[in-house]
Amino acid sequence: MFAYTIKRLLIAVPTILMLVVACFFLMHAAPGGPFTSERPLPPAVLANIEARYGLDQPLWKQLWDYLTNIVLYFDFGPSFKFKDRDVNDVIAQGFPISLTYGFLSFLVATIVGLSLGIAAAIRHNTWIDYLAVGLGIAAQALPNFVMGPILILVFTLWLGWLPGGGWNGGQWPYLIMPVIALSTSYMGSIARLTRSSMLEVLNSNFIRTARAKGLSDRSIIWRHALKPTLMPVVTYLGPVFVYVLTGSVFVDIYFSTGGLGQAYVGSALSRDYAILLGVTILYGALTVAVSLIIDLAYAWLDPKIRY
Amino acid sequence: MSLLSVKHLSVTFDTPDGDVNAVESISFDVLPGECLGIVGESGSGKSQTFMAAMGLLTGNGHASGSVQLNGREILNLPAKQLNLIRGDDIGMIFQDPLTALTPHLKIGQQMAEVLNVHRHMTGAQAQALCLNWLERVRIPDAKSRLTQYPHELSGGMRQRVMIAMAMLCEPKLLIADEPTTALDVTVQADVLDLIAALQQEQNMAVVLITHDMGVVARMCDRVQVMRNGAFVESGLVEDIFANPGHDYTKRLLDAMPRIDTDSSRVLDANANVILDAIDVKVHFPINISGGLFGRKIPLRAVDGVSFKLHEGETLGIVGESGCGKSTLARSVLRLIEPTDGVVSWLGTDLTALDKRTMIQARKDLQIVFQDPFASLDPRMTIADSIAEPLRTFRSDMSNRERRDAVKDMMQHVGLEPTMINRYPHELSGGQNQRVGIARAMINRPKLIICDEAVSALDVSIQAQIIALLKELQAEFGTALLFISHDLSVVREISDRIMVVYLGRVVELAEAGELCTSPKHPYTQALISAVPIPDPIVERSRKRIKLTGDLASPLDPTAALRFLPSKLAAGELDYNPKLLETTPGHFVAEHD
Repeated sequence: MFAYTIKRLLIAVPTILMLVVACFFLMHAAPGGPFTSERPLPPAVLANIEARYGLDQPLWKQLWDYLTNIVLYFDFGPSFKFKDRDVNDVIAQGFPISLTYGFLSFLVATIVGLSLGIAAAIRHNTWIDYLAVGLGIAAQALPNFVMGPILILVFTLWLGWLPGGGWNGGQWPYLIMPVIALSTSYMGSIARLTRSSMLEVLNSNFIRTARAKGLSDRSIIWRHALKPTLMPVVTYLGPVFVYVLTGSVFVDIYFSTGGLGQAYVGSALSRDYAILLGVTILYGALTVAVSLIIDLAYAWLDPKIRY
Repeated sequence: MSLLSVKHLSVTFDTPDGDVNAVESISFDVLPGECLGIVGESGSGKSQTFMAAMGLLTGNGHASGSVQLNGREILNLPAKQLNLIRGDDIGMIFQDPLTALTPHLKIGQQMAEVLNVHRHMTGAQAQALCLNWLERVRIPDAKSRLTQYPHELSGGMRQRVMIAMAMLCEPKLLIADEPTTALDVTVQADVLDLIAALQQEQNMAVVLITHDMGVVARMCDRVQVMRNGAFVESGLVEDIFANPGHDYTKRLLDAMPRIDTDSSRVLDANANVILDAIDVKVHFPINISGGLFGRKIPLRAVDGVSFKLHEGETLGIVGESGCGKSTLARSVLRLIEPTDGVVSWLGTDLTALDKRTMIQARKDLQIVFQDPFASLDPRMTIADSIAEPLRTFRSDMSNRERRDAVKDMMQHVGLEPTMINRYPHELSGGQNQRVGIARAMINRPKLIICDEAVSALDVSIQAQIIALLKELQAEFGTALLFISHDLSVVREISDRIMVVYLGRVVELAEAGELCTSPKHPYTQALISAVPIPDPIVERSRKRIKLTGDLASPLDPTAALRFLPSKLAAGELDYNPKLLETTPGHFVAEHD
């Protein structure tokens, strides 16, 4: 397992490198640049600015400089749009916010989703099952950009219980609505996936054996059925984990949380190459790390998988 | 007084198509210490009877009637009370030991929880008793098994674990539901011996649910024959086999192929050799973990097999699971590319043909697979499936001619021509296999390979398909390569039999001679393990046992399994030769 982990980490380096190179060229292939605007700058000024940021160099030279700066100094370069802030500052400010509400959303979606799914499977074809399935489908059908305004309407404008936006250092009243808005649809998917997976497991031969041994329902479900049930769910959780961090641009906009999602999308629109690439590398590395964790989790769930 | 008394038990299932009556008002008793056989074909309700008695029906099943254990009603008890009985007074073992054990729990953990629930035993005390039982079911190296996972054991060992687990609380009744159906014949014999020994030792009653009359003859005191949810006949095993009263029982007994019956025919001694396989090898590279990148070692699935097949002849290929018999068949057709060797078909080397000429050659080389349902395209009507070889090879035929040819072939294999527009899911397993045979036969090929073609079918259907194959062979003069793990079936249909062990031929002879006077120790063990559906004959036979487990095909010295003298002499790469001891009887070198 140790050798496997090392091997996977070694493979991650060229993976991320390819990601960076692809993004770099795609970004430069798009028309316009960070300093194009409605009123064109005088050519002399533009040339000066471009020289300051190294944009006058040939593309391969720009890429080379960018990569060497990262490897040697862990410097992702200056932002083209925000003066006196470099990419490291932008990420250091936005990422902890995204991480906080993203991770909380992930926990809520997983815990509530799993509980609903398991309860539905155990009480198959009873009102608990129907309720859980109904909730799951409703939650899955509601995208977070619909959930956001509804939550603000109800809890801020009508009831006045919660602040309508802002971050405030992540105090809990400011966290509740972003987390609910972000987690609902994933929770619905997890609940439905867990339910169907567990129903399948409960129909399998080894569960019949466990019942024939005289084990209690509790022991059958927690000791025998849970781990195999989790296999397909874990496969789904990996992408969800990365999505809740990247997909949070809606949350950032509706709840003015100031997370990385807004900065990311903004940078793409304004051709802020440095921020875009920096955040892409961050998400890429995160994806690689999460998929490694998922693969290691498989080995824990299923002893047949050995690395 | 009876141990288990079942009265007017009925089982129904709610299905989207309405209620299905799986078991209809059956009554029987199990006496203490006896072995009761419940025999029937698939769908007869034999398993569901006991599932209902034990409260193990699936959610849509309902049971009514009465089931009494020692005079106490247990049918439809709440799970809490049933749990006191299940695993304690009554133990159960099931057909497929691979899926019947929880994959992520160690053997020791799975066993100990039975003791924990019923005897409140935990820790070292429970582990000691588990180990004791693993030793009593004769698992080699029992102590290390406690910390292994089910997938790390072979099928036979897993079934022993199931038995040990069922025996932990020394039940008064053991319900064994097709306990050996998924096992190889030599392993089956060992497991049956074990169950019989435990029955004696513990004075325990055993209910043996099976489709195999041979197993019944070997094991049971009394037998109940079941069909369509009801008993058609019951009585002492000797009486039923000697004088079956009911037509169905008679048909069932007649349908069972027997390894001690001669069904040979006279073949033309001058028939031409049509297929000549010379030193065929198929090696698969297997990844072995270790180091940063792992490494590959060859798995010798087929390791130097040579044989000849004559026109119109049937050559049976027998071997246990994993011996490479299917790989051999597929490599002959180049469905798997052979690693080495020559397959000469009517004088041309098939392995040297390019893709286009190989496709042309396939017109005369057809194959019928094991699973009749899975090997037909579910979205094609059966007529389309049967007609496909004609489309490929007979583009000169008009649609009408083709349809007539299909209808004609369907009649030959015993399918109503009116079924022409049916889909595979609308037919039974036996009918689908007839479609598979019709598809293979439609171009009148010179060779048909039957890869376990009857193994998935019930005995009575199996007998019909074998009769059909023989008829078609007589009519069209097709040669057959008949591959099966079941030696009785192979003897029934084959002219010559080839026994394969770990990718190598150990014995090849005329069918009758091989079965009556086998020379290689492996063949002898194999034949002595095949149960004969006759209690008097079966119980007087002597078993020849091989010691030790099946060697791994990854082991480079596997070929020397029966030549320990060479192994001892250090000649590790010695190749046992196939020697012709009497004319036409080839035996691999052995000690």
